[in-house]
Amino acid sequence: MISVGHYLAVSAVLFTLGVLGIFINRKNIIVILMAVELILLAVNINLVAFSAALGDLVGQVFAMFVLTVAAGEAAIGLAILVIYFRGRGTIAVDDANRMKG
Amino acid sequence: MIQLIAFWLFAVMVIASAAMVIFARNPVHSVMWLILAFFNAAGLMLLAGAEFIAMLLVIVYVGAVAVLFLFVVMMLNIDFAELRAGFVRYLPLGALVAIILAAELVVAVFAWSAGQIDLASRVAPMTADKSNIQQIGELLYTRYIFLFEAAGIILLVAMIGAIVLTHRQRGGVRTQNIAAQVRRRSEEATRLVDPGVGQGVEL
Repeated sequence: MISVGHYLAVSAVLFTLGVLGIFINRKNIIVILMAVELILLAVNINLVAFSAALGDLVGQVFAMFVLTVAAGEAAIGLAILVIYFRGRGTIAVDDANRMKG
Repeated sequence: MIQLIAFWLFAVMVIASAAMVIFARNPVHSVMWLILAFFNAAGLMLLAGAEFIAMLLVIVYVGAVAVLFLFVVMMLNIDFAELRAGFVRYLPLGALVAIILAAELVVAVFAWSAGQIDLASRVAPMTADKSNIQQIGELLYTRYIFLFEAAGIILLVAMIGAIVLTHRQRGGVRTQNIAAQVRRRSEEATRLVDPGVGQGVEL
């Protein structure tokens, strides 16, 4: 039968792939944002798996809030990306040093 | 048995498409693989019995977020070959971090399954007599109503923020001013003149 461990394994692999995606696509902000979405998806799978395994609905409610924040984050991130591209003509992360932070 | 087969199908597909998202050469293909990953994750959640979250995943992630990504990728005219540079250079460090993270996650899972950590009692236990959606709705509109409203405010702020950031006021464009058109009266717009012969009209 499917146990919570199966879901945790899938979620762990997905999370790791998301982090790997951030590292290997260091120049491409769009793929970095997609990798962040993958990480949030892994977190959601974790929440839902524990919610189903423990018979507690709060995990699913929290997964919904994670989904909300992910949608807002994608919208703001892509808006910033669009105006950055408009000003610089490139989206390479290495060039994003205007403020020298 | 059929559940196990479905689980492995969805699990393998979600991991394979997630790998394709980060390894695809073209970001448009990345978005397509992302959509496939979301669909399969929705299938996984359906198997876990979370129907509402599964449908929400399809509607919000596939219907809104992935399409937003697609629009942005296609709107920006980017030389993607240039962005691929350094891919191989970053691979060892990324693989190292990923392996360390995976090992930590495995340790965490085994620490949990060893049973040393006691879990608190259930906050909102599931019942069999109501559907998943009904139970979530009852929980969401009673105990978590303020969190729910906060989520709405987050979405509102994100929406206004995205509009404010990307809105561009173009100069030198003559647009229709509806208020001025409606405000205009016939007395100030027309004039009745009775010119004599050969005098003409002064405009």
